[in-house]
Amino acid sequence: MDYITLIQLLDSSVRFATPLLLACLAGLFSERAGIFDIGLEGKMLAAAFFSAAFAAMSGSVWIGLLAGILASMALSLLHGLASITFRGNQLISGVAINFLAAGLTVLIAQDWFRQGGRTPQLSGDARFEGVTLPGADAIADVPFIGPLYAELISGHSVLVYMAFLAVPLTWWILYRTRFGLRLRAVGENPAAVDTAGVSVVGLRYAAVMICGVLCGIAGAYLSTALQAGFVKDMSAGRGFIALAALIFAKWRPWYALWATLLFGLFGALETRPDVIEAVIGMKVQGQLLGALPYVMTVIILAGFVGKAIPPRAGGEPYVKER
Amino acid sequence: MDVMPKWAEVVLVPLISLILAALISALVILAIGEDPIAATKLMVEGAVGSVRGWGYTLYYATNFIFTGLAVSVAFHARLFNIGGEGQAMLGGLGVAMMLLFVDWPHWSIGLMAATLGAAAFGAFWALIPAYLQAKRGSHIVITTIMFNFIASALLIYAINEFLKPVGQSDPASARFAASMDLPTLNSMLNAMGIKASKDDSVNVTFLISLVCAVGVWVLMWRTRLGYEIRAFGNSESAARYAGINPVKITIITMLISGGLAGLMATNTVMGESEKLILNSTEGAGFIGIAVALMGRSHPVGVVIAAILFGFLYQGGAELALWTSIPRELIVVIQALVILFTGALDNMVRMPLERIFLAAKLRKSAGPAE
Repeated sequence: MDYITLIQLLDSSVRFATPLLLACLAGLFSERAGIFDIGLEGKMLAAAFFSAAFAAMSGSVWIGLLAGILASMALSLLHGLASITFRGNQLISGVAINFLAAGLTVLIAQDWFRQGGRTPQLSGDARFEGVTLPGADAIADVPFIGPLYAELISGHSVLVYMAFLAVPLTWWILYRTRFGLRLRAVGENPAAVDTAGVSVVGLRYAAVMICGVLCGIAGAYLSTALQAGFVKDMSAGRGFIALAALIFAKWRPWYALWATLLFGLFGALETRPDVIEAVIGMKVQGQLLGALPYVMTVIILAGFVGKAIPPRAGGEPYVKER
Repeated sequence: MDVMPKWAEVVLVPLISLILAALISALVILAIGEDPIAATKLMVEGAVGSVRGWGYTLYYATNFIFTGLAVSVAFHARLFNIGGEGQAMLGGLGVAMMLLFVDWPHWSIGLMAATLGAAAFGAFWALIPAYLQAKRGSHIVITTIMFNFIASALLIYAINEFLKPVGQSDPASARFAASMDLPTLNSMLNAMGIKASKDDSVNVTFLISLVCAVGVWVLMWRTRLGYEIRAFGNSESAARYAGINPVKITIITMLISGGLAGLMATNTVMGESEKLILNSTEGAGFIGIAVALMGRSHPVGVVIAAILFGFLYQGGAELALWTSIPRELIVVIQALVILFTGALDNMVRMPLERIFLAAKLRKSAGPAE
């Protein structure tokens, strides 16, 4: 494999990793606060539809992004209502949200656009185009670092850079702010947070809503940057891969970056069977590569390679003692 | 203390949840500019208005009885098996193995072999998550989700690499022998002298699913194992003190659950497609969750809920055929049922409990006045 192929491969890994990273960080906020969220998939899908739909109708991708975030937050609110206010089963609520999004997006798409459950093709300002970073054209011809900068680092949509910036930001919020300390505490020992006079319900709602915002951006990326428009079920299990990455990352922001990049690389390799064949000298079925994130997560979960310990109060509704 | 009488718990709460789900579904239909009453009529006519409609309704219901029982058995041990979909896929592989590589003299013997294959493969796919849950404490929900995806990849791989006949481009196995066709209930009706169309819909596996429902009831409420499963689900620590082995119960419960989910393949793979195709499960594994929640994890409830979902599926197909309402409406209804009977259960229950408590207090305070 030559250098340019490697750069291309890494470049598409970044594209594949971006929605995973955003959704993974979304799940991180929610689960660190003690709310399991297997509805990442549904929230991404809803956001993908609404951002494509509003971008198509308004002609502005930013209005689309906003609509996507709002749609995802609405589902987050539903999840909060079910799992925080009514102390229901968080997993069942997540399952319901996934189906709700899968059904409603097609239903509404058919009603609005009559194109068999898709939105019109987006172009121009209705889509996030790649951003050329300053100096990319100037040094593109420099050997080694030229392609690295011009092809791999420059040229992505603004959402990609947002996703990568979200990693240090998440780290800073979680480990360097009072809000972050409380958020982590509420996922480990909500009774202690309650005793300190801080609202458990308020913190958990805040975490769930942040999760909604990040899933919203992830979904918008799918339909307005990675592809040009919404198609049925376009999240295609990415929400679950993000969940797998979250476990793989042991609920930590920097690990989340590496985990999603690794899973992004698998995704990129799936589309380039020729590269795999050239490197390891034999053919590998694409599906097997696609299943690799799941298999690796199961191995991690089994505790054979370092144990992944979830937040202690995860999944448990908090009931104040009376 | 039980605030509510039993009938309210068993009938009233699910009924109110169901009505809420139906009302919101009606609003959804209104919002996309269609008439909910006309839609309901069309669904009723299409699903239960003819022998053909009933045939398909019960065909779908058969799947949902199997997967609903699978989820509910696990629920009794407080295990949430989201992996029904993957277990059913593996069940399909089991059926195909049994029917492709062995020549069975008669469909009934073939069915027995297929049943064994489906149950064994489905149970096997539940075994690993069960072991990891019991021994290593990995959360069963996450592992079963992962196993759904792994199953789907495995199925594609198995079909493309081993089962697809040479020269065929369609991703499916070879057809099973014609002698392995399962008799449909319609043909049985015809044999009894009742005129019915010759549709390839509900078949003998429907009866097997009913037998399984009875079997689950006997297991859960009439055997020591069932008692242990329920005790374990109610309180793991109490069960442990009573000498119940949590590892054993977790693994056995999941084996039964996975086996039941796998059995679904006898209906879809052997009964309907008559070859192993890629998407024979069609999400039925997930509908099992809705069915188990609605049926309150009781076999009688599961059968009723499964028939209701069979009705929704067949009715929804008719809707998609005759109106511009896409089939996805059913997915929305399914989501609402899961939401109201599962996640928002307390929203319905809390006010009801308050009403019953108030009534009880008034009754006990009454004579003193």
